Amino acid sequence: MTTTQLAGLLPELEVIRADFPILSRSVADGRPLVYLDSANTSQKPQVVIDTMVDHLERHNANVARAMHALGAESTEAFEGARDKVAAFINAPSRNEVVFTKNATEALNLLARTLDLGPGDNVVITEMEHHSNIVSWQLACERSGAELRWFGLTDDGRLDLSNADALIDEHTKVVAFTWVSNMLGTINPVTDLVARAKAFGAHSVIDASQAAPQLPVDVAATGCDFLVFTGHKVVGPTGVGVLWGREELLNGLPPFHGGGEMIETVTMARSTYASAPHRFEAGTPPIVEAVGLGAAVDYLSHIGMDAIHRHEQAITAYALEGLRTVPGLTVLGPLDATERGGAISFEIDGVHPHDVAQVLDSRGVAIRAGHHCAKPAHARFGVQSSTRMSSYLYTTPAEVDALVEGLEYTRSYFKLG
Amino acid sequence: MSQQLDALYQEIILDHYKNPHHKGLREPFEAEVHHVNPTCGDEVTLRVHVSDGTVADVSYDSVGCSISQASASVLTDLVIGKPVEEAMSIHETFLTLMQGKGAVEPDEEVLEDAIAFAGVAKFPARVKCALLSWMAWKDATARSLEDSHG
Ligand SMILES: Cc1ncc(COP(=O)(O)O)c(C=O)c1O
Repeated sequence: MTTTQLAGLLPELEVIRADFPILSRSVADGRPLVYLDSANTSQKPQVVIDTMVDHLERHNANVARAMHALGAESTEAFEGARDKVAAFINAPSRNEVVFTKNATEALNLLARTLDLGPGDNVVITEMEHHSNIVSWQLACERSGAELRWFGLTDDGRLDLSNADALIDEHTKVVAFTWVSNMLGTINPVTDLVARAKAFGAHSVIDASQAAPQLPVDVAATGCDFLVFTGHKVVGPTGVGVLWGREELLNGLPPFHGGGEMIETVTMARSTYASAPHRFEAGTPPIVEAVGLGAAVDYLSHIGMDAIHRHEQAITAYALEGLRTVPGLTVLGPLDATERGGAISFEIDGVHPHDVAQVLDSRGVAIRAGHHCAKPAHARFGVQSSTRMSSYLYTTPAEVDALVEGLEYTRSYFKLG
Repeated sequence: MSQQLDALYQEIILDHYKNPHHKGLREPFEAEVHHVNPTCGDEVTLRVHVSDGTVADVSYDSVGCSISQASASVLTDLVIGKPVEEAMSIHETFLTLMQGKGAVEPDEEVLEDAIAFAGVAKFPARVKCALLSWMAWKDATARSLEDSHG
């Protein structure tokens, strides 16, 4: 199958690929790079790189506190990035967009500041990334609240059969991923939000894997909080986003104390700024936020609907290709329309580490291990898996290179 | 490309991977440890039985890649039956080889089959795999000695 025959691919895929300088690199003795690890981190388009370089070369200064021309420019760029992110997720107010270090910090912020006590419970799921498990385990240990979780069905979906028993009047938080980074499953977010709301619990959506590949509309989900990380949406590392309803954010105690998050400080006590600055203590990741602003603008310009269609087309093509590899089992839903662009799989007789090594020698970059989702692996009785993950720049030819690489891996390990 | 791979996946390594020696958990033992490679999740549970200053048995149960599995197998071949001191010195030699970034010439007299791991030292991401069971063995042996002294 050639690129032109596959319905749903982004038009002008070659033009998009040319936006990402790293894609023209070669690796492994001159082979073209086949980058299939975008769920781990995405590559960056030239416009993001240029925006960050331009900021550092021409506008660099601290924000909010520098009383000079550069300070004003830097503040404008930083706050402008907040507007861009707010537009990207359809936030009702720019004040609801808090810049954090990454998704992990955003989740920890919530787990630290949401009020929990003995008798309360927090409900998560078995398919969470460790950041959405451990932060709540710590919160429950600290507060005496109980941690509960949704299990998974054999085909990698949330098992909602006992939802009525899990979420009850003592539930304070329901936190779940929109798209699984391991199984690829797309979860029924509006249903889960409604279940939380019915009991007055706060809903927290981890959109780390959703924001890169689906249109995210916080208002439409009805959720209370949503987090994602900059480096997976073609932005830089070092910046993430917490979105929360303004009145809820302003009702939370501060997370970190320091500069910029205060109203006034005396030696005895302080009063705090309102969101978003309430949660942005200290000098924020300025150039990273500016880069993230350029990144979400880039994605919006291409269109999240179009990117989603592209991901689904590539995912369907990849599922088809992987099916031809003997001894290969895909973990998670097999229907591309119900999943995101991360596909984890096992190959009988070859450990994921060894698969990754052989593929790497052919220039194909994938991930091997537990992908920070050990419980989800344990659920399926596997200790680790191999994961390919595509993005808006992935071509069917790259999927072919993966499938050929897997055939070669089998022959290398003499699996016939 | 295949040459580089072949340097990593020596026949000896693949043989030990397919047919690991001394695998399984056995009695008696003085110490049992559980080591994990947090990056990839590879795990080993390893027991050591020391008797009269000699490594009488090393038994293990493990899940992991070819490198970590083969390395556990080779380890047991090398240390079982050796005086603890000599086994520790073999451990030292293997560690030096693995941390040598490919620049250390392995001594076949001491390392026997373990010289096959010389190629692994050139792949920084895989050094941890090769060392998993060795580190577990050192830990367990130190503990079993502590127990017998205390
Ligand atoms: C679903 C999910 N949640 C959270 C994270 C954490 O992102 P970060 O490491 O940038 O905080 C990731 C990234 O690996 C993820 O895939």
